[in-house]
Amino acid sequence: MSNQDSTSNEKENTEMKTAVTPSSLAGIAQSHTRNVENSQLLGMGLEARGIHAWFGSKHVLSDITLDFAAGTVTSLIGPSGCGKSTFLRTLNRMHEFIPTAAMAGSVLLDGKDIYESGTDVTKIRLKVGMVFQKPNPFPSMTIGENVLSGIKLAQLKVKNHEEILEECLERAGLWSEVKDRLNDHAGALSGGQQQRLCIARSLAVRPEVLLMDEPCSALDPGSTYRIEETISQLSKTMSIIIVTHNMQQAARVSDYAAFFLSDGGPGQMIETAPTSELFSRPRDKRTEDYVTGRFG
Amino acid sequence: MSTIQKPPTELPARREITTKPRFSDRVFRVVVTTGGLSSLIILGLILAFLTYRGFGVVRTEGFGLITSSKWDVVEDEFGNVVSQDYGLAAMLVGTILCAIIAVLVGVPISILSALYLEFYATSKIRTFLISLIDLMAAFPSILFGLWGFAILMPSAEYWAKLLNKYFDWIPVFEVPAPVFTRSPFIAGLVLAIMIIPICTSVSREVFSQTPLDRIQAAYALGASRLAMIRAVVIPFGRGGVVGGAMLGLGRAMGDTVLNIVYQVNWQVLFGVGGNVASLILLKIGEADMEETKALMAAGLVLFLLTLLVNGIANLLVNKLGKSGR
Amino acid sequence: MSTETLIPKPSRPWLATPKERFVTLQNFLLSVVSSYLIVLVTPMKGKLPLFFMFFFSLIILSFITQYRAKGKAAAQDSILTVVSVLAMSIAVVPIISIVGTIIARGYQGLHWSMFTQDMSQATVNDPIGTGGILHAILGTTIMVSIALIISLPIALLTALYLTEIKGRLSAPIRFLVQAMSGVPSIVAGLFILSSIVYPITQSYSGLMGSLALAILMIPTVARTAEEVLLLIPNDLREAGLALGATQWRTVAMVVVPAVKSGLITAVILGVARIIGETAPVLLVSGGGDATNLNPLEGPMGSIPYYVWKSFLLGGTEESSHRTWAGLLILLIWVLLLFGVARLISARAGKR
Repeated sequence: MSNQDSTSNEKENTEMKTAVTPSSLAGIAQSHTRNVENSQLLGMGLEARGIHAWFGSKHVLSDITLDFAAGTVTSLIGPSGCGKSTFLRTLNRMHEFIPTAAMAGSVLLDGKDIYESGTDVTKIRLKVGMVFQKPNPFPSMTIGENVLSGIKLAQLKVKNHEEILEECLERAGLWSEVKDRLNDHAGALSGGQQQRLCIARSLAVRPEVLLMDEPCSALDPGSTYRIEETISQLSKTMSIIIVTHNMQQAARVSDYAAFFLSDGGPGQMIETAPTSELFSRPRDKRTEDYVTGRFG
Repeated sequence: MSTIQKPPTELPARREITTKPRFSDRVFRVVVTTGGLSSLIILGLILAFLTYRGFGVVRTEGFGLITSSKWDVVEDEFGNVVSQDYGLAAMLVGTILCAIIAVLVGVPISILSALYLEFYATSKIRTFLISLIDLMAAFPSILFGLWGFAILMPSAEYWAKLLNKYFDWIPVFEVPAPVFTRSPFIAGLVLAIMIIPICTSVSREVFSQTPLDRIQAAYALGASRLAMIRAVVIPFGRGGVVGGAMLGLGRAMGDTVLNIVYQVNWQVLFGVGGNVASLILLKIGEADMEETKALMAAGLVLFLLTLLVNGIANLLVNKLGKSGR
Repeated sequence: MSTETLIPKPSRPWLATPKERFVTLQNFLLSVVSSYLIVLVTPMKGKLPLFFMFFFSLIILSFITQYRAKGKAAAQDSILTVVSVLAMSIAVVPIISIVGTIIARGYQGLHWSMFTQDMSQATVNDPIGTGGILHAILGTTIMVSIALIISLPIALLTALYLTEIKGRLSAPIRFLVQAMSGVPSIVAGLFILSSIVYPITQSYSGLMGSLALAILMIPTVARTAEEVLLLIPNDLREAGLALGATQWRTVAMVVVPAVKSGLITAVILGVARIIGETAPVLLVSGGGDATNLNPLEGPMGSIPYYVWKSFLLGGTEESSHRTWAGLLILLIWVLLLFGVARLISARAGKR
């Protein structure tokens, strides 16, 4: 399995200057630039080692090993039902909420296994945040309260609520649109705005890793574009892992991509590579079939 | 050759869609509607008859019916009525006080039990306990009443004495004479036990409908179970829980048997007095025409009171229910 | 990628570790000990303070252990955990106590003659072998059956109006049904008393009792019936109409049979609701001591009335036994109804 160069300051510049609209996925991926400043990286990233998952006796994920470095965006692609979302949930210990769930393997956050006995799971979730497919702001709170809700829920002591509020909304690309109506209820926002609100909310607790489960699938292209901009900005300091069905999105937004597939049995990770490479020179035939659209 | 459809230059008028239902369906509609109106008819009749019967008394007593606490029929040696006074105040206070105690004790227990069932219990325990609670909700009140009399009262009497001994500087806890049995305290406790199943069931239903995505959002932010409940479950379920509490309250106020066994007055631990329902039951056997009318009036008051409580419950459920959702 | 990896065993690292479970057990035992100590020291006596002091100690201990292990938020969370268990226990203890007490005390009043004799020649203070509750059992059966016959059609029609016709009066009718379920049982009795007994018949009878009971039963049955009718997906109704059937045929032949078991459950729950209602029968049915099979004439006995009379008029041990035996019969009846309702809904659920 190809490993990723996690620490070198790689600048993927456009080698072929396609001035006109790139029409292939590989072209799109290659025009994606990555700017990383090492000094601002949060944490050491996330590593998944040999993750297996079960629901009862049904084996749904088999032997997933992946590295997610700080300052990178990794997309998990593959057809529906092959366990991408389940895998995502093992990374912030949300998998265990399903009554029959079981797992094996380890997930290292900054070098420590989050499944180790005695770990406080709520603290893990502060460092590994999650944005869901359907925007789910708390309807009983105002916009401002929603953003700060993570702080309130975890009872973190912070002094500068206003600063954090503005910063998170700014980073999520929502500040200019809501700065005058922070006391309105969250339900008044459009779908795209609600999703950016959820992103801002998850940023307030200062995560090192952000997991995104198909965040744009319920949104219009305009909102999608804005959120992808946000992802690019956020990836300068954090590690972002995004599950997506949209290969164009994966090409636009991610530095590395991992292809998941299930042949009726447990989901497996078939191949992982820098995104442009996965789309232009996939090494496994199944990957090639998927990215060229022979099945999906 | 492909044809391109041009958009219409003028939109046509909308057609009116009508149908003539078959005869059998029209009969069906009439029959069902009549049946549906039955509740309106019955409630209206209840109101009408009680008012009709009790109206005379309401006129003579005026507001005193509710505010005065003397209920007295004095007869001379021939059995003729000399003077009559009909005042429900003491009884009303008794009803309300009892109900308040029942709600204060019963509702928090119900809410916490519902939280336990929905968020803490394992599935086998949950199904068993839910069945148990539903069973308890089906018990007739006479079972609770007599059980309370036989089992709870001696023990509650002991506690009442204890409370009185150490806390009698609080006005509600003092008693003029050492009669601790059959007090509103005990009645309220038994009523609380009676309304716990209903309130727990309703609250649990409400909690189970909390949208999963909000719960997950809270957990994903690093919330503990308590924080999640406070942030998501309670705001969502506020309206329904209050509705359940009011349902329980309504049942507490209207319940008769319970309130006969125990006598209620405003000194919580003191065991003498009465309440509206018990008054009616006790007096109706030997009441004469006038007094019977007064008893009807008393029933009317009770009925209106419960209607009021139910009405407020509905309002609250509708108002509170919208904000958290 | 050609290495054969052995599949590891599934594990659940999020469950409580042995160390955590030991700490919980430790807290448990310490709470037991401390509850005994507290009760010893204070003027409280009995099982109740033990119960409460146990939970009180458990709350404090859990808080302290969680605070040291995971901080304030987790400690507060642990308080809620213990308190909710406490509440659940408080909710459950009475039912066990009630059933236990009724069985223990009622058992002494049981006798074969209960089912063969009535009270027309005995008083409540007579020994158990004399006089039975035949009249009461028959009376309750007759009154409840008549109430059922009256209330079922009305309740069903109300539910059908709300779900099938959905006319403009739906909202008020729904509100009224709910208001009707809040009618105190004594008011129902008073209503029948004032509207029918006093002006028209001038005497008590079983039918009057049935009418009062029907008032109490209608809202319960209507509400449950509406709930089960709403569960039927609209596709079923549309299928019927698409075949060209009239609405009433669709309802009668498609919708109602589909909810048959739910309706039976609704009826059983309604019956359970009224079977122990004391006030209405006290007011209007007279509660006779002789077996009376005619609901139209003469006072009719019923189980709640029998229990009531034994309780109020008696003072001896025998009457006390009668009271509890009557309650036992009532309890068994309710348990049977409840069990049957559960069975029916379970079988319907499986299909």
